Amino acid sequence: MASMIDIKRRKGSIQSTQQITKAMKLVSTVKLQRAKQRAEQSKAYFNCMYETVTSMLAKTGNLNHPYLRSGESTKKAVIVVTSNRGLAGGYNSNVVKLITQGEFQKEDLNIYAVGRKGKESLNRKGYSIVEDDSDMIEEPLYVDAMNLSSKVLEAYTKGEVGEIYLAYTSFKNTVVHEPTLLKLLPVEAEQKEEKAVEKESKALMNFEPEDDEALDLIIPKYVTSLIYGGLVEAVASENGARMQAMDSATSNAEEMIDHLSLMYNRARQGSITQELTEIIAGANAIS
Amino acid sequence: MAENDNKFTLKVITPDRVFFEEEVSMVEFNTVEGEVGIYKEHIPMTMIIAPGILTITQEEETKEAALHSGFAEVLPNQVTILAEIVEWPAEIDLGRAEESKNRAEERIRENAPGTDMKRAEMSLKRAVARINAVEYK
Repeated sequence: MASMIDIKRRKGSIQSTQQITKAMKLVSTVKLQRAKQRAEQSKAYFNCMYETVTSMLAKTGNLNHPYLRSGESTKKAVIVVTSNRGLAGGYNSNVVKLITQGEFQKEDLNIYAVGRKGKESLNRKGYSIVEDDSDMIEEPLYVDAMNLSSKVLEAYTKGEVGEIYLAYTSFKNTVVHEPTLLKLLPVEAEQKEEKAVEKESKALMNFEPEDDEALDLIIPKYVTSLIYGGLVEAVASENGARMQAMDSATSNAEEMIDHLSLMYNRARQGSITQELTEIIAGANAIS
Repeated sequence: MAENDNKFTLKVITPDRVFFEEEVSMVEFNTVEGEVGIYKEHIPMTMIIAPGILTITQEEETKEAALHSGFAEVLPNQVTILAEIVEWPAEIDLGRAEESKNRAEERIRENAPGTDMKRAEMSLKRAVARINAVEYK
């Protein structure tokens, strides 16, 4: 059995770790509230954006628009949204797994990393990182999303990449976060048809300027809004994931402390008994 | 007919917040095709917004805001403006707007090689819209 001093030291160290995890949990709870609020506030915009874009696509029969047709290049741009800090359970590795275990060929990918953790682990695995915008995940602003989307769209229109994906963690609720891979461009024909049926009842929409030009202007905004939505949701998910991870770490520490307290008390009792036995034996020997 | 009948719902939504959502009788803004004013019962239309002033008319009073980019979806009894950037005059820093106007004008005047003309023009337009929105008041 370990000595009393060893057990005591161990217990102390676990206690201070527990204090840290507890504090981190509190911090991420507060941050989660804020991030959640932001994610909810921005939802109105995306729902509207999504509806408008899908109704536009339902109306235009033009499949030949560059944004709707797959580019010739086999290269794919993937925006990977992870966090800058660890200690968030499986949050970062789940997003990375989407890339490494998906149907992607390593050589085909151009990674646009947002978040240091994802960038580092993809870099180690030998993926080509073309862009690192890790700073923006701390406090995602719409302007950041605009910059990023103009970069990927430029690569797309130049023909450097044929498809654009967004890998992020979607925020369902405080405890459920799903790593999601979203195809940004080209806008998929499949989902278009399905929406077309849905929208048939809606009044016919006119466009000013004409359809093609309108698409040119609206699709980039659509991509930007999806990226921004992804960023905002990812921040909420990150804090949610960290809160959960820290919660279970705290309760694990609690368990260990309980166990160690028991061991410590046993050791203490053992040593007292031993001491008594020794004293009695000594007294007996004298008399 | 009741006075209420010429009113429609105007929603101005930005990525961060719902900027404005109320019953209004007229709304005016600038599109890439020119300035427009919209009353109730407009035909369904989607328009792309160019930097300019957004004027909202309710009853007797009007409100102005600087509207920079986005698009508007017009339906007979509802107008939804998805704005990437929109500001009330109170939120605008006039000094900064003047500064960026001067900067943009200078860039356009010099026309140095490598200048992103389109960007300079856009930034000039935005600055002018901001200044106008403040001064209109």
